Amino acid sequence: MHSEITFTLDGERVSVDCNPLRRLLDVLREDFNLVGVKEGCGEGECGACAVIVDGKLVNSCIVPVGAVNGAEILTIEGIKKTEIFGKIADAFAQMGAVQCGFCTPGMIVATYAILNQNPKPSRKEIVEGLSGNLCRCTGMNIIIEAVEMAAKNIAR
Amino acid sequence: MSERISMSVERVDAREKIYGEALYIGDYRFEDMLFAKTVRSKVPRAKILNVKIPALPDGYFVVDRDDVPGKNRVKILVYDQPYFADGVVNYIGEPILLVVGPEREKVFEIARKVEVEYEEIPPILTIDDALSGKNQPIYGDDNCFVDYHYEKGNVKNAFANAETIVEGEYETGYQEHLYIEPQGVAAVFDGEKITIYGSMQCPYYIKRALAECLALDEKNVRVVQVTTGGAFGGKEEYPSLIAGQAAVAAMKTQKPVKLILDRTEDIMVSTKRHPSRTRYRAAIDADGKVIALDVDIIFDGGAYAGLSDVVLQRGMFSAAGVYNIPNISVHGRAVATNKVPTGAFRGFGAPQVFFAIERLFDKIASKLGENPVDLRLRHAISQGDFTATGGIMRQPVKIPEMVEKLEKMSDFRSKIGKSLPGDEPHIKRGYGLSLFFHGCGFTGNGENIIAAEAKLKKHSDGKVEILVANTEMGQGALTALRKIVAETLKIQFDDVIYELPDTDRVPDSGPTVASRTTMIVGGLLKKAAEEMRERWNEADEFEIMKKYHHPDYIRWNQETFEGDAYPTYSFGANVAEVDVDTITGEIAVRHIWAVFDVGITIDEVLMRGQAQGGVVQGTGYATIEVMEAQAGRLLQSTITDYTIPTTKDVPLVECAFIDNPYEYGPFGAKCAGELTLVGAAPAIAAAVENAIGREIVRIPIKPEEIIKKLD
Repeated sequence: MHSEITFTLDGERVSVDCNPLRRLLDVLREDFNLVGVKEGCGEGECGACAVIVDGKLVNSCIVPVGAVNGAEILTIEGIKKTEIFGKIADAFAQMGAVQCGFCTPGMIVATYAILNQNPKPSRKEIVEGLSGNLCRCTGMNIIIEAVEMAAKNIAR
Repeated sequence: MSERISMSVERVDAREKIYGEALYIGDYRFEDMLFAKTVRSKVPRAKILNVKIPALPDGYFVVDRDDVPGKNRVKILVYDQPYFADGVVNYIGEPILLVVGPEREKVFEIARKVEVEYEEIPPILTIDDALSGKNQPIYGDDNCFVDYHYEKGNVKNAFANAETIVEGEYETGYQEHLYIEPQGVAAVFDGEKITIYGSMQCPYYIKRALAECLALDEKNVRVVQVTTGGAFGGKEEYPSLIAGQAAVAAMKTQKPVKLILDRTEDIMVSTKRHPSRTRYRAAIDADGKVIALDVDIIFDGGAYAGLSDVVLQRGMFSAAGVYNIPNISVHGRAVATNKVPTGAFRGFGAPQVFFAIERLFDKIASKLGENPVDLRLRHAISQGDFTATGGIMRQPVKIPEMVEKLEKMSDFRSKIGKSLPGDEPHIKRGYGLSLFFHGCGFTGNGENIIAAEAKLKKHSDGKVEILVANTEMGQGALTALRKIVAETLKIQFDDVIYELPDTDRVPDSGPTVASRTTMIVGGLLKKAAEEMRERWNEADEFEIMKKYHHPDYIRWNQETFEGDAYPTYSFGANVAEVDVDTITGEIAVRHIWAVFDVGITIDEVLMRGQAQGGVVQGTGYATIEVMEAQAGRLLQSTITDYTIPTTKDVPLVECAFIDNPYEYGPFGAKCAGELTLVGAAPAIAAAVENAIGREIVRIPIKPEEIIKKLD
């Protein structure tokens, strides 16, 4: 059971011919070598595989690739080319919001989703926006502070 | 923080991790690589009567005990669990064989079709079962991996003279590391030499284990660490097992083999923190002084010995807490049960015992009608006092300053020991204090046995390379050790090279465990750098190697457990503020204030990261991280079931550090990483106890138990 699935990936139109039930995560990692999209749990709980599909933050491990036909997907690779990425990266590096790094690309994607929707999020909105992403190293507070710092620096 | 070394630099691996460019083992591809899937025991204890393998397509293999060229036992402290079950299984999830082949889905399908026929043996499932002698022991005659005792002073006399005796029994549950990157390795065999790439803490543990497993000369076993996505002790001993399995498969198939655990598998079969039961009896004299402790500690080691021996020792040496207790008797046992083996986890046996002793001190305070802070300060150990094992506390102890600092930060002293109103009528608020230490480096004579070697190499371009076996797992070793070398040599931070270790290139500077990297290995590198600075112009290229030996003041008897169990100690003090919902029983940990004495911090931002992360991991341990076994099976096998703190659960954590330089540590640094986890659980338990006015003796504290207590 194969079908052709076409979508926009980090700004480029691409298509794959495969089983539409394959996990979007596997297609991104295996067919497009986007290894910045990490597999932490495979059950949609940890957010390491987070990507943005049509403006919404999703966990790519629980999305069958067939479901993204025609969609616009933004991964860490695409986010790296956005204007606000530099400020997000600086804030994460300066605050010490990166330790083992395995959750980090997913955190950056979630941060982008928060700030893209609302450049001046409240702490509560940041907490909500990051609540689907797990980090076992930092204790999360530092990541919340990094997002606050990024927002402040972007507003400048 | 006035020290220059403490001023933070951007960690060297921050950017590649932020950009998603750091490569973890799952991201590596090798030509002709085969995928592996483990077939595991479905029962807690059985003889294997028969294994039925389905017809294998071309290019697909089964790898089992018959394929192991050397010894089919993982060398840890003793020859431990088999790489592949050797006719019997002792826990659910014990590996029996691997299916390997080129297509992952196909490999998984074949693995599902393997049928194992068992003859079940009555299992030992609990600590009580383990000691009852009811069923055939799993280990030795008494079913204890180790059974130790030590005594200081005369406990019997002290109890005979006691005015008051206070007793307590405390229990702690499993804790799962839940590093976000699951365990994984890849093995490549070139006909002569095996190379292991993987997520790990201890490359030389794997190298030694594999030489015996594969019957290869050590020079033909190469272990290369790749970027490691969190470990917390979970990647100390466990990776040796899967590295051996992948290596055996690579030798059999003559192709690279990658073995990555999926999350459920990882939770079910990798090591955990030991569940524990600790009983205390305290003898108190007429002046209200605790004159003796009689302690019985039992750790549930699971089916194989692993590191239980040394985990238990650290627990036992923490039995007096931070207090000066003249008489103490400590009996410790690690028992065998037919459950997943338990092992190293940040704190390494100490969190269980600190939970117990700190709860006991709250109980004594309440019995004596004394403020728990005053009771603690009255008994706090100070410089020159004897430790539980009769060692001398040689360095200054700044517990009073730490408590004072906590008071300034949180204003807790007037609020402790009371049930206070929360924001709503059904919410009760409470505060709790904990004091704790962490013994720095390996326990006992461990550091002398390891005799770590660290090398510094000057390159002709003036750059200096750190050659050590210590791994970066998120804690910041790559950055911290570079800082130590750069600062000592007075060269630019960027001119120091430090790659992830490859055993073909680096000496054995010991494992990355026991919070020893900065203090012990960093200390060696500092010495090497001092010498290099003197000899800088001697040659364009040269190397300096330094070997560790304990400072001369340390005396330790490993037979009697007498003397200095650790070269020095780091200290911590935590205050927790919690709200308890008296209708649902839910606990909200609102705020934790934490003061730490880690000597001198090598980098403020890295240290704060350790402190924040450790406190939150300890908060999870005390509250939402529930893992229980029923009939030998863990009831929580996914992140949905085993929850760790998210942004919505984490308390605000405020940390501060007190300078207390250690003469033998680089720039005065002591140990740091594990300490930060230890104090959250007892502080939270005390806070909950104060909020609801009912005794808390068990973690994790579950809402249903709160409700039961309040009914």
